[in-house]
Parts: sequence; structure tokens; C-alpha cells
Amino acid sequence: MEPITTHTGVGVPLRASNVDTDQIIPAVYLKRITRTGFEDALFSSWRRNPDFVLNRPEYADGSVLVAGPDFGTGSSREHAVWALKDYGFRVVIAARFADIFRGNSGKQGLLTAQVPQAEVELIWKELENDPGLEVAVDLVERTVRCGSVETSFEIDDYTRWRLLEGHDDISLTLQHEDAISAYEATRHRFRPKTLPART
Amino acid sequence: MAANETADSVSPAPMTMAEKVWREHVVVAGSEQDGHRTPDLLYIDLHLVHEVTSPQAFEGLRLAGRGVRRTEHTIATEDHNTPTVDIDRPIADPTSRKQVDTLRTNAEEFGVRLHSLGDADQGIVHVIGPQLGLTQPGMTVVCGDSHTSTHGAFGALAMGIGTSEVEHVLATQTLPLKPFRTMAITVNGTLRPGVSSKDVILAVIAKIGTGGGQGYVLEYRGEAVEKLSMDARMTICNMSIEAGARAGMIAPDQTTFDFIAGRPHAPQGAEWDEAVEYWKTLRTDEDAVFDAEVVIDADELEPFVTWGTNPGQGVSLSGSVPQPTDFDDPAARDAAERALEYMALEPGTPMRDIRVDTVFLGSCTNSRMEDLRAAAEIIRGRSKDPDVRMIVVPGSDRVRLEAEAEGLDRIFTEFGAEWRFAGCSMCLGMNPDQLAEGERCASTSNRNFEGRQGKGGRTHLVSPVVAAATAVRGTLSAPSDVLSPAPQPA
Repeated sequence: MEPITTHTGVGVPLRASNVDTDQIIPAVYLKRITRTGFEDALFSSWRRNPDFVLNRPEYADGSVLVAGPDFGTGSSREHAVWALKDYGFRVVIAARFADIFRGNSGKQGLLTAQVPQAEVELIWKELENDPGLEVAVDLVERTVRCGSVETSFEIDDYTRWRLLEGHDDISLTLQHEDAISAYEATRHRFRPKTLPART
Repeated sequence: MAANETADSVSPAPMTMAEKVWREHVVVAGSEQDGHRTPDLLYIDLHLVHEVTSPQAFEGLRLAGRGVRRTEHTIATEDHNTPTVDIDRPIADPTSRKQVDTLRTNAEEFGVRLHSLGDADQGIVHVIGPQLGLTQPGMTVVCGDSHTSTHGAFGALAMGIGTSEVEHVLATQTLPLKPFRTMAITVNGTLRPGVSSKDVILAVIAKIGTGGGQGYVLEYRGEAVEKLSMDARMTICNMSIEAGARAGMIAPDQTTFDFIAGRPHAPQGAEWDEAVEYWKTLRTDEDAVFDAEVVIDADELEPFVTWGTNPGQGVSLSGSVPQPTDFDDPAARDAAERALEYMALEPGTPMRDIRVDTVFLGSCTNSRMEDLRAAAEIIRGRSKDPDVRMIVVPGSDRVRLEAEAEGLDRIFTEFGAEWRFAGCSMCLGMNPDQLAEGERCASTSNRNFEGRQGKGGRTHLVSPVVAAATAVRGTLSAPSDVLSPAPQPA
């Protein structure tokens, strides 16, 4: 994973709460077996509407999505994160994120910056008054700056450290392989096994 | 939760069930380093795999030269893409077929047990785990599917994960997990006839909101929950994710033990006795403190139905479509306006006046024997509204076979419903079972998101008996509307 420290890019105001992962990427696109190439799938239903924010030319280079509360609810599909990243987003700002979506983002280097809704409203106003305005996000200092708005954001310390360092979880865990084997030796003997198969 | 208390802590402080299961599974306790706290590393007892969220995970293993650490804790099935008709023919959609074929190749290459289409143990991943007796109390269960919370009905800590985590569990049989808080949802009293566990969970979500459970493990308890069957408990835990919670649990009791006993992978002989002794220790301690508590009165509940495009936008069936101005919170008001436009509903319309085109009985929420029996009971000897299409999709092939042995298939087909083979089907329309643009559906599934059941489709979430009554009358209906003369307007 590429480390992230700061990112500055065009902010895109998405005035909607409860943006579920079915909207971020409809199920029809989940049949692919690759991990990249999902940019066409992002918000594909909403993009059919010519007035949808991503269809406006001033937001064409958007890389910081500023959304309403409860972003990423519903299905666990990591494809939602892949689609956002493939399209060009590096940061999502919202007042609340669904747990699974936020976890998936952390694994894929998409920064989820949690900012109070009152601040989100101010950022929306800045972006709408001056479309194409950039948002500067600093993960080291945990700050978001956009026009006259400057605020701090929340992200848990561990995810922040992993994003800053660009660490891959599996390699970190495999450092504990001895502990895993030791744990396995102490498990209850009645715990079920899928193999050999019984039907 | 447990992250603040390391595994080697000796304090006998009272614990909730979720904390007990967590603590039992800590392989490496989190610690402070470089200004951050590492999460606890938890062992995973059962990993369920399906074709949609696994291809990229297996590919990741291949690229890194890794194998599956514990194939004996892993099981796969085909459910999201699979057709529910003509299952003996090749899957028509080439991208669906490719995805299913990819799972078959991966299962073979990595040595993972797979139940393919046409196998009696194929079915929705959350139906087959319990059915095989692989889901047991006190376990950690994960799957690349948010409805993994279903397995919490057995007192397991069960949660949905993303594809990166699927790869992580395949490679290491563990998962680093952020600490949770705990929330008790106590359902007192007795459910009235015609009111089911689906109505309970829809009412819970409407009360706490789609984000209300974020960061929590929910524990459903109280008299009304204790009286529920395992099928009904699974319906409640299944939709914990719709309240924003990754997991929901119910304490194991005699109902749980009776369900597991004799299933293919249930412990046997002395191991059974040992297991039951252990399972009995999992209940939340008397003095344990939850971080949050919600109380629901079962006696007050009526059949519940959604009017909007998120599962928190629900109302009693006797109610009406709300006015956006009913909501004080501006985000909720905007969401209601958008939802009513998408759903093509006028505020003030009685819910019972809403006419549907399709009724879908199925999904990991409501496709088990009890669901099919309850719906069949309502429609038996009645005729379907001729303008309504009804599709019945059993949760697994074993459920299909059992239902057919009881003659439920004939009740459905004589009524005019389509009796299908098992799978996720119209819950999310990855297979050909989809709503057409503008079509309105009463669905026993779990999500009423825009386009979820097909582009432009409109979904009302309901219980199986409400689905059945709706198929009889053509408008959203309670079982009592069918079983007795329709109530006069007040």
C-alpha cells in the first residue's frame, strides 16, 4: 500500500445521507474478478442523471468526496472502495461512516476523515460557492482545510499509523505466526471442522 | 470492549457475552506502540466463502505465494449469482458463470470445501452454516458478506468483512479487530399473533436508525427474544447490520442446543457434553454493564413495513407514508424527500393502500422453513391477486427438499406463486431475478436501497406473513386482513 501523508485535490460536495454501497457500486458490477477497473461503475445509477454532481465539468478532477452522514452503509463489498479509488478519489469526508466500509477503506489506502456535520455543511457551502475549489487534507496533523474552513478530523490512531507507513496487514500479522500456532494448540476440541465434510 | 482489558488480565469483572467470546479468541493482545494502540488479533473459528467477494482474495494469495492456513475452518458455496431456474444448464450470463467457475477453480486449487449449484448442501451462505451444524455458540465467524451477523443468533461473534480481510483470514486464520462497544436491546413482553421477528428488527432499526449501531455489538435479550425459534432469531441478528452494527448476538439456551443437536457437524458423545457446559457459560453476567441499552415492548408491536430507501425508513402497517416535514433532523428530512420521490409515494397515503407488482419470499433474512411454513399457512386455500407475481426462493437446497417433503411447494404453486431453486436471488438481483424499472415489490429481504432489486425497482421490506397476505390482496396487507374481514377505517 502506498503511504499517505497529505492530499490536496478538488472537493466534490455530495449532499446525501445514507449513501449505501449499492449506490456507490450496484451489484451488477460485482461479477468481475479483478481488483481494478471499476471507475465506470462508481455511482453508475446516479450518473445517469445529468445533474448529478460528478457529471458537472468543474468537478471532473475531483479527488476529495464530501458526503452526508452514514456514508458506506449496507453491503460489505470492498468494490465500493475500489470504485472510489479507481475513479480518482483519495479522501472521503463525512460525519459518520459505516464500520465495514471504513475498515475496507483503511486496507486500501482510501482516507476516511470524520468531521462533524456542522463542518461538513460549511465545506459544502465553500465548494458550491466556488466549484473546483481544492480541499487540503493532512493526515499527520489530522486537519482539513477548504476555503475559509479549517477543521480537524477523527481517525483511529492505528489506521492513521498504517496509512502513514503504508503497511500491509497480512505481513504484520504473519510476524505473529508462532502465537497463532500456540493458540491453535489450546482451542476447545469440540470446535467444529469443515473437513472432512459431513452431510 | 475487550481491547482495554488484555487477555492476561485476572480480574473476574462481570462480562457481556460478546466480551467473553472476544476474550476467548485473543491470539495477541493489543499494545501501545509508537503513539498508537495495535488492535487485538483474534482467531477465526469459521470462515464462510462465496463467489462474489473471494476471487480477488484468492488472487492475492496466489500473487504472494500463500496458501489457505486452515482449510478445515473454511467452507464455500455459490449463492449470489446462481440462477433459481434451469439449474442443470450452464449459467447463461457469461460474467456470472465466470465468477462461479473462478470459485470452483480456487476451491480446488486451495483445497477448500465447496458446495456447488446442484449439490444438496448448496444455498445461501448464512443458511448452510447453521444447517450443517457448523455455526455454534461462542465461535468467531466471518464471511465477505455483511449479513454474517445472522450467525450471532447462536451466541457466536459473527461479522461481515471486506475482500482484503477475506484474504487476511485465508492466509492467517486471524483478524486484527478494533474494539467494540456493547448495546443491549431488550424486547419485553409477548409478540401478538401475526407479528414476527422481522417486525421486531424493523422496529429496532426505525428506533435507533441506520447508524445507531455503529461501533457496537448488539445483544438481543428479554422475554420476547427467549421465546423465539432459531429461525426467527436468525432473522433478527441478520439485520443488525441494517442498524449499522457489525454483529448482533442472542444468548444460547436450550432452543439453541436442540437446534444444533444431531446436525452433521454438531459435537458428538463426550464432546457434546463438554460443548454444552461451555456454551452455558457464555451468557452475559448478571452484573455486566452494557455501553448502551434500548428497550422495546413486544406487546406494542404491529406488522412493520418500510416506505423509503433505507431500512430505517419504516412504519407500522396501520400507519401512513410520512411527511418529510415530520422529521426535525435536516439530513433525515432530505433523505425522506429523496426517498418519496424515488418510491413514487405521496405523503399521507395509508400503507395498506399501496399496491405492489411483485412479492419476493426469500433471502438470508427470511428463507428458512419457519418462514416458508408461516407464509404457506396464510395463502393455503386462498387465491393470489391476479396482477401480482410472487416468487418463492428457499434459502438452501435442503430447505427446498424439506419444504417439498411437507408439500409446501404445492401450496405455493397452486396459489400461483413460482417455486424456485435456492440462492440470494431477488434480494440483490445479481442473477436474472430482478425487478423491472418502476416495479414495486413487497420483499422479505433486508435492503430497500434504490435499485437494489433491479434498476429503478421499488422495495418495501416486510415479514413473510405480510408478504403472503400482500400476495392475496395485491396491496400491503397484514395477515389479519386475510384471515378475518378487513378492518373498517377508524
